[in-house]
Amino acid sequence: VTPRPIIDVSGLPTYTFGHRSLPWWGAIGFMVIEGMAFAIAVACYLYLRQKAPQWPLGASPPGLLYGSVNTLILLVSLWPNQWTKKAAEREDLRKVRIGMVVCLIFAAAFLVVRVFEFGSLNCSWDTNAYGSVLWLILGLHTLHLLTETVESAVLTALVFADPVEGKSFSDVSDSALYWYFVVLTWLPLYFVIYWAPRIH
Amino acid sequence: MMTTAALDDAAEHARLQAAWRDPPGFIGWLMRVDHRSIGKRYIATAFVFFLLAGLLAVLMRLQLARPENGLIGPDLYNQLFTVHGTAMMFLFAVPVMEAMGVYLVPLMIGTRNIAFPRLNAFSYWVYLFGGSMLYIVLLLDAGPDIGWFNYVPLSGPQYSPGKRSDFWAQLITFTEISALAVAVEIVVTVFKQRAPGMSLDRIPLFVWAMLVTSFMVIFAMPSVVMDSTMLIMDRLVGTHFFNPAEGGDPLLWQHLFWFFGHPEVYIIFVPALGMISSIVATFARRPVFGYLGMVLALLATGVLAFGLWVHHMFTTGLPALGMSFFTAASMMIAIPSGLQIFCWIATLWDGEIRFATPLLFVVGFFFIFVIGGLSGVMLAAMPLDWQLHDSYFVVAHFHYVLIGGAVFPLFGAIYYWFPKITGRLMSERVGRWNFWLFFIGFNVAFFPMHQLGLQGMPRRVYTYATDTGWADLNLLATIGAGIIALSAVVFLGNVLWSLRRGERAGDNPWGAGTLEWATSSPPPAYNFVHAPTVESRYPLWETGERRVVTGMPAGVRAVLVTRLQDAQPDQIQIFPGPSIWPLLSAVATTGMLVGSIFTPWAVVWGSLPVAIGLIGWFWPKRDEKERHLAVERKP
Repeated sequence: VTPRPIIDVSGLPTYTFGHRSLPWWGAIGFMVIEGMAFAIAVACYLYLRQKAPQWPLGASPPGLLYGSVNTLILLVSLWPNQWTKKAAEREDLRKVRIGMVVCLIFAAAFLVVRVFEFGSLNCSWDTNAYGSVLWLILGLHTLHLLTETVESAVLTALVFADPVEGKSFSDVSDSALYWYFVVLTWLPLYFVIYWAPRIH
Repeated sequence: MMTTAALDDAAEHARLQAAWRDPPGFIGWLMRVDHRSIGKRYIATAFVFFLLAGLLAVLMRLQLARPENGLIGPDLYNQLFTVHGTAMMFLFAVPVMEAMGVYLVPLMIGTRNIAFPRLNAFSYWVYLFGGSMLYIVLLLDAGPDIGWFNYVPLSGPQYSPGKRSDFWAQLITFTEISALAVAVEIVVTVFKQRAPGMSLDRIPLFVWAMLVTSFMVIFAMPSVVMDSTMLIMDRLVGTHFFNPAEGGDPLLWQHLFWFFGHPEVYIIFVPALGMISSIVATFARRPVFGYLGMVLALLATGVLAFGLWVHHMFTTGLPALGMSFFTAASMMIAIPSGLQIFCWIATLWDGEIRFATPLLFVVGFFFIFVIGGLSGVMLAAMPLDWQLHDSYFVVAHFHYVLIGGAVFPLFGAIYYWFPKITGRLMSERVGRWNFWLFFIGFNVAFFPMHQLGLQGMPRRVYTYATDTGWADLNLLATIGAGIIALSAVVFLGNVLWSLRRGERAGDNPWGAGTLEWATSSPPPAYNFVHAPTVESRYPLWETGERRVVTGMPAGVRAVLVTRLQDAQPDQIQIFPGPSIWPLLSAVATTGMLVGSIFTPWAVVWGSLPVAIGLIGWFWPKRDEKERHLAVERKP
């Protein structure tokens, strides 16, 4: 046993928020991967559109109603989302519980309207290449919503199970960040699905 | 101001062992999540897939040894070259490079485990199951048979009835899930878990290389996942992405494939550059010349790799202006590669060179890779490419860059790090035999293929007529393949013998300078008794005593998190322990992916067990939660 020069880290926290924490970076990594997938889906859409004699191919453009309603729901959901994120970062358990439930209700509402959205596309995936790529984009986004909703539900159950670990607050904050990603990627997708066929 | 403390190593060891020890028995073995166990499994599995794919190559060479040979028919031959290429690219080259990163990166940056260890275990199981699927379907005579890039329309529903093409498409999903997961783990580990003091300009070059590679995986692989998903939907549920009769486009397949496929080559090559930098520094006994230039060259390679994909499509009739751009970009990427080669030569120039086996493989790399680079610059010129497209010249070229550029450095790396991983050195004498057989066999096998290509022999033919005049060179190539196979047997023998009988290595048998050599060989469950700090690029070559980290919470798997740029201590992260759920989730994922080949409903029903697996994975166990709460400190 000999004396050695040391750095003492006993004062450091065991969890943090945002870019200081590992899970935040993991979430960013997967957002980049999924963002690439969205970008590629849109590139495929534009590629096929540029090759086609007219667009949309053999179908009228998708109905605007449900897609626009859903865009509105997503934009409004940013408010409870941000409120929950702030509550998590202040470690206010009561507000986090309320916020998580409200966010879940928004996600569920969105998924219900999404079903009608698929119904108003005016074509099927096997109609032609236009239908295929349309369903691809909408399907991909729906997949992300579904997984995020399930993840939020699990997290909600976790913050209702006493005692709550401090790092669960950090997880809620990261989950809110991911919801921002789902909403912000939707905006260009909404434009491509509903407005690109109407612009000539 | 330097603080000192009297540290009791034995007590510290006991304390860490309690937190990091794995559960006993076979089930415990299945539950492991430490990066060393997972890394070793990855490496061993990748080498098994490599040897099997090599056997397929030997079968092909036997068939081509003489004209109009009747050993293997066209249908089986198609399966052989497809499974050979697919396995070498997706099951060997990329995974083995990532696997070396999984094992080495945490040790080289002085941390206790890789970020997201359960994801790491999951990625291994998915890889194992997906890779096994490819070989199993080959044995069932249902192996993919359209080449490793599986072009439509040949692979589409019209021309490829049956399931062969679907197995190929889902194999891609398996391997990309695992590759992407590991890429994210490595990025986060390198960003946030470096030893205090390891600022950006002190990161070992191998770690830089793995970081650049991981970013390339993250940006390139989604493209091929989307591509193969669209193909399987065309085949399974009647979409028309690649069907020109309904507004689809077959060239879309090629764009998406090569947008991934070209960076893929560099995903394989860049880690090898990092291995060479480690080996050259150690065996020249001096720091690598031009550290900043080396890092910038790695970054430049990573960026330029995304601007080359169309050079695989020069014969598809794209606009000339676009093709000129891709010709220029293809030639430009020779610049960073050339810069690194000159830096290594400069390092060796005034070093005290020791010609051990690892360095021998690096010198073999110089020779073979430069030839492959030259034929690459030739192929980047459009007129020549039109002439040589789909000929044996291309086969010669990419084996020179891939085997020369990646497999030779990899073999050097295995000889170099084997003592760290196993605690024993490999035999140097057998290593020399291994090298020379491989080097000679490789050139005998592949150099004649340049000439065969120039004489017009197309790739992927199962036989050729007697009057073509290709027989002698083909026989020579087959003899070369036999010598390579012999060298593989020598290598395997050396590994197995050295595992039991090799000389004991000690902590740092080569006198190297980076952190992985600062712990015992093999490293303990927690990697370092005292988490290290660094003050230079080659900390083990400094005199003076290095500071160590103290004050980490006991009883949990605590890992120090540092800041991205300057690597100053910032937080302590409690890592998850062993769990069976990553394996169960991988089994559920396998069921879903294999099922989806037969019915689209497998995706719907198969997602339920996957969801259950993931919930089990993330749900904290009661005792685990209590231990975490006991050491919790608020920010």
